[in-house]
Amino acid sequence: MTPDEILKGLYDETMVGNKPAVLALTQAGLDAGILPETMLFEALIPSLEEVGARFERGDWFVPEMLIAGKAMAGALDLLRPLLAQTGVESVGTFLMGTVKGDVHDIGKNLVNIMLEGAGFTVIDLGVQVPPEKFIAGIEEHQPDIVGMSAFLTTTMPMFKANINAIEKAGLRDKVVIMVGGAPVTQEYADVCGADGYAADAATAVRKAKDFVAAKRAG
Amino acid sequence: MHTVLSSAKASVTMGPDQPFCIIGERINPTGRKKFQEQLRANDLSSVEIDVHDQIAGGAMMLDVNMGAPLVDEAKLLGEAVTLVQSLTDVPLCIDSSVVEALEAGLAAYQGKALVNSVTMERERIDLILPLVKRYGAAVIALPNDEEAIPEDPHRRLELAKQLVGIATEEFGIPIEDIVVDPLAMPVGADHTLAYKTMEAIHLISTEIGVNTTLGASNVSFGMPDRHTLNAVFLPMAIQAGLTSAIMDSRTAQIVTAVKGADLMKGNDEWGANWIAAHRAKQAAADAAAKAAGA
Repeated sequence: MTPDEILKGLYDETMVGNKPAVLALTQAGLDAGILPETMLFEALIPSLEEVGARFERGDWFVPEMLIAGKAMAGALDLLRPLLAQTGVESVGTFLMGTVKGDVHDIGKNLVNIMLEGAGFTVIDLGVQVPPEKFIAGIEEHQPDIVGMSAFLTTTMPMFKANINAIEKAGLRDKVVIMVGGAPVTQEYADVCGADGYAADAATAVRKAKDFVAAKRAG
Repeated sequence: MHTVLSSAKASVTMGPDQPFCIIGERINPTGRKKFQEQLRANDLSSVEIDVHDQIAGGAMMLDVNMGAPLVDEAKLLGEAVTLVQSLTDVPLCIDSSVVEALEAGLAAYQGKALVNSVTMERERIDLILPLVKRYGAAVIALPNDEEAIPEDPHRRLELAKQLVGIATEEFGIPIEDIVVDPLAMPVGADHTLAYKTMEAIHLISTEIGVNTTLGASNVSFGMPDRHTLNAVFLPMAIQAGLTSAIMDSRTAQIVTAVKGADLMKGNDEWGANWIAAHRAKQAAADAAAKAAGA
C-alpha cells in the first residue's frame, strides 16, 4: 500500500467505525514511515469531523458516531506515545463530570467518546461531582475545558454553584466552562455564567475545538 | 395488582389484566424551544392543543411537566394542572424533580394523581413520600440511588424492592399505589440496553408484583425512524410485563401497536376495543372523503 492509500484507508475505515481495520492501517502507516501527526491530522481527525458534520445534518445517527469515535480512539492509543515523543501539541484536555445530586451519565459518556475520538485527552470525574472535586481536578490536570452535565431541573443550578466555587478558587480564567444535558438551554448556560453550551455530542466537540483554538491564539 | 388513578369524574385502572395504560408524554418543555419561551412568558396556550391531540390519539392519562429553565416551576405546575383538569377528565401524572412543584401540583389536583417520581435516595424519599401519603396519591418509583443508574436488571430489582419496602413500611403507602419505572434507556447508545430494560420489567413485575411504567420514547433516542422503534419496543415490553408507559400518544402507529398488544395479551375481550377503533377510523375516513367530495 502506498502512503496515500493508507491515509485514504484510515479516513474511510474510521468513518464507518471499523476499529480492527483502523488499528491495522495505523500500524501499517507506522511501518511505512508515515509520521503519526500526518495520520492524525490528515486522515483521522478529518474523518471524525466529517462524521460530526453528517450527524449534525441528521444524516448519521448516534451508534454510527459512537463506533467511529471508538475506532479513532483505538488509533490514538497507538499514536499518543509517539506524538508525545515528537512534541506534537495535543488537541486539548477536557475535564468532565455530572454535577452533584445527579447520576445520569449516558449523554456525558457519549460526549467523552466523541471528544477522545477528536483527539482530546478526557478526564472523567464520573457522576455526583461536587464543586471541590471539580476544583481539585482543575488543579491536578490543568484542563483547557471543564464540562459539566446535568439531567434534571433540580441539578442544573449546580452549574452556577460550581462556577462560583471555581471563581473563588481563582481558577475561572484558567479554564473554559461548557455545560450540557437534556433540560439545559443556551439561555440557561448564559445565565449561569458558562462559556459554552452544546445540545449534542457532535456540537460539543466542534465548540470545544473552537474554544481551544481561540485560547491558544489568544 | 390494580393501581387506580382518578380525576374528579373519571378513573383508570392499571394492571396486568387491564388494557395498557397510555400516559401522554407531550406536556413537557424539554427539547421544545417555543414551549419553553411561552412558559417563561407565563403562556400556557399550547397546553390546550397538547391535551386535545393526545386524548384524540388515545391517551388514558396525561403527564404534566413544567420543568423549563428559568421559570417558577411550582407556580406553573399548579396552574397547568388546573388548566388541564378544566379541559379533560383523564387522570394526571404530576411530573417534576422539584419538590415544591410536586406539592403545588398535588394541591391543585382534583382526584388521585400519580406522582412522577421518587428515587431510592434517602433525601428525596423523605421529601416526596410524605407528600404522596398526605395527598393520597400514587407514586412512580425509580430504581436508582445516590451512586448510579444501574444497568444490571438485578440491581434495579434490588433497589426497587428497597424503595417499595420503605414506602409501604415507613410511610404506609399501599403497595398498589407504587408504580415502578424499570428505566428505559437509549438503544442507540448501547444496543443491549433495551433488552436489559425488558429483563428488569420481567423481574420487577414477577418478584414484586407491582405495576410498572416507563418513559418509552427514550429507547429510540439518537436513531432514525423512531416511531417504528417505539411501536416495536412497547409490545415487547408489554409481553415482559409492562402495564403502562409515559409515551407518544399522538402517533397512530405507536398507539395501534399497543392496542394490538392488548388484544394479543388477552386484555381486549372479544377484540371489542380493536374493532371499535377500526370502525372509528373508517368513519373518520368516510367523513373526510365525503367532505372532500362535497
